[in-house]
Amino acid sequence: MANKTKKINTCSALYTPKVMETFKNPHNYGKIKNPSGIGKVGNIVCGDVMWLYIKVDKNDVIKDVKFETFGCVAAIATSSMITDLVKGKTILEALKIKKDDIIKELGGLPSVKYHCSVLAVDALIEAIYEYFLKEGREFPADLLEKHKKIQKDKEIIEKRYEKWGKQI
Amino acid sequence: MKRIYLDYAATTPVDKRVSKEMEPFFGFSAQGGPASGWGNTMSLHSFGQEAKIALENSRQVLADIINADLNEVIFTGSATESNNLALKGVALANNPPAGGKGHIIISSIEHPCIIESAKWLKKQGFEITKLPVDKYGMINPEDVRKSITNKTILVSVIHASNEIGTIQQIAEIGKICKEAKVYFHTDASQSFGKEKIDVKEMNIDLLTASSHKIYGPKGAALLYVRKGIILEPVLHGGGQENGLRGSTVNVPAIVGFAKAGEICQKEMVKENKRLAKLRNKLIKEVLKIKNSHLNGHQKSRLANNANFSFDFVEGESLLMQLDMQGIACSTGSACSSFKLEPSHVLLATGLRPEQAHGSLRVSLGRFTTEAEINKLIKVLPKIVEKIRAISPYGK
Repeated sequence: MANKTKKINTCSALYTPKVMETFKNPHNYGKIKNPSGIGKVGNIVCGDVMWLYIKVDKNDVIKDVKFETFGCVAAIATSSMITDLVKGKTILEALKIKKDDIIKELGGLPSVKYHCSVLAVDALIEAIYEYFLKEGREFPADLLEKHKKIQKDKEIIEKRYEKWGKQI
Repeated sequence: MKRIYLDYAATTPVDKRVSKEMEPFFGFSAQGGPASGWGNTMSLHSFGQEAKIALENSRQVLADIINADLNEVIFTGSATESNNLALKGVALANNPPAGGKGHIIISSIEHPCIIESAKWLKKQGFEITKLPVDKYGMINPEDVRKSITNKTILVSVIHASNEIGTIQQIAEIGKICKEAKVYFHTDASQSFGKEKIDVKEMNIDLLTASSHKIYGPKGAALLYVRKGIILEPVLHGGGQENGLRGSTVNVPAIVGFAKAGEICQKEMVKENKRLAKLRNKLIKEVLKIKNSHLNGHQKSRLANNANFSFDFVEGESLLMQLDMQGIACSTGSACSSFKLEPSHVLLATGLRPEQAHGSLRVSLGRFTTEAEINKLIKVLPKIVEKIRAISPYGK
């Protein structure tokens, strides 16, 4: 804990202590210069945007990872958590990370915030997708399908939010 | 850590003078001995009648504050209930002279309990019109006039916005409704006890006011219903409140409500002056933060309300960072709600969703001190900066 002397109020019935602690001191935020790939997901209209930068070495190991997130407590906590989970892993290992792994590491998330953990996983997939695309390499199993699904969901969400405030 | 509460628009703590007044009605006195007044107001014995007398005295106190008559005030359990009773009660008991189902006009910045009641009535076949607001959250009274048809039975416009604090031109709207012979309801949950209200002068036919926003207990509210207006009850029961609201009457809460109203009325002018001064200082200092904006009206605004938007900042994060510093505020961000949609009030004023996500409502109250406002002024810029440092935008 960074602030041992100062008592911080982290009482929340909504979020676990681990979520609050991660939100308070998020790891690995910022940019990576010349990243191997960037995953940009979410929509500012919906209130959650996550950009994930990865730096991959020649052995396909994620040497560095950083995030920039516009979003709520859960969005920032899941962003930080996924960077901790993927750092030092190979691409193929990282692709095995599921939203439930992030939720578990955070000691749980309120169900209305599950989409934040989905966003974190999607950002990682998109970053890895961009890496393979740039490298001109063959995509690992399912990566292209996952990428296409993320893009399709994005369109659906954008359409849904066009209606905000217009209906009675 | 000493915490700072700046969310008085959400709810208020009960004033000690209020809780003291309520004590006997729970069945014990401040001195510990047995008390009277806890009986059932419908009972004919002395226990019941003592409660009944306290109930009617409370009704008189509250009726006087809004210049209503004793029998024009109905007690309910919450402002939500009062608003439900106003809309559904009028709609179900009043047909337009032209026949058929009625037409109801509301504003686009009503509290969800008005909007949801209107939605429900729409499902029952009533026609609903939602009036727009300008960028300050103001309704143009002329829009009310233009929206009234020969089917219109009710207009309901919130007196002061719970989110942005904008105070509507209620008297003008009331006059238009009176001329058109259409009932006019206003939700005064945020303004009652803070702004002078005269239902006769302002041509208000129905009015909602709430206890827990004015340092009274939760669980008590009122609906003023002008004499001669027929309502269909929402809660059918044992005939309490002139048959308009079945339920054993919550006498302690109502006694507290009346005391709370009395105190607010007495201290209103002085308190508004004090709060506006603190609030104006807050606005002046907060707007020094880059890419920050004030939401709501500059002048026609509750003295205790400030509402800001910070570009590239998400409101829930802002709220929780402040909470970790012990400062309690509120936000219109989608993430703070379970609907995951940003504030309909801020969207109605023309804010883009991303701006609505970055909103912060600061509402001051009776126990707010200058030192507390200074603390917020001190910590807010750093928190905004910290959140922007994590955000991909605004660098």
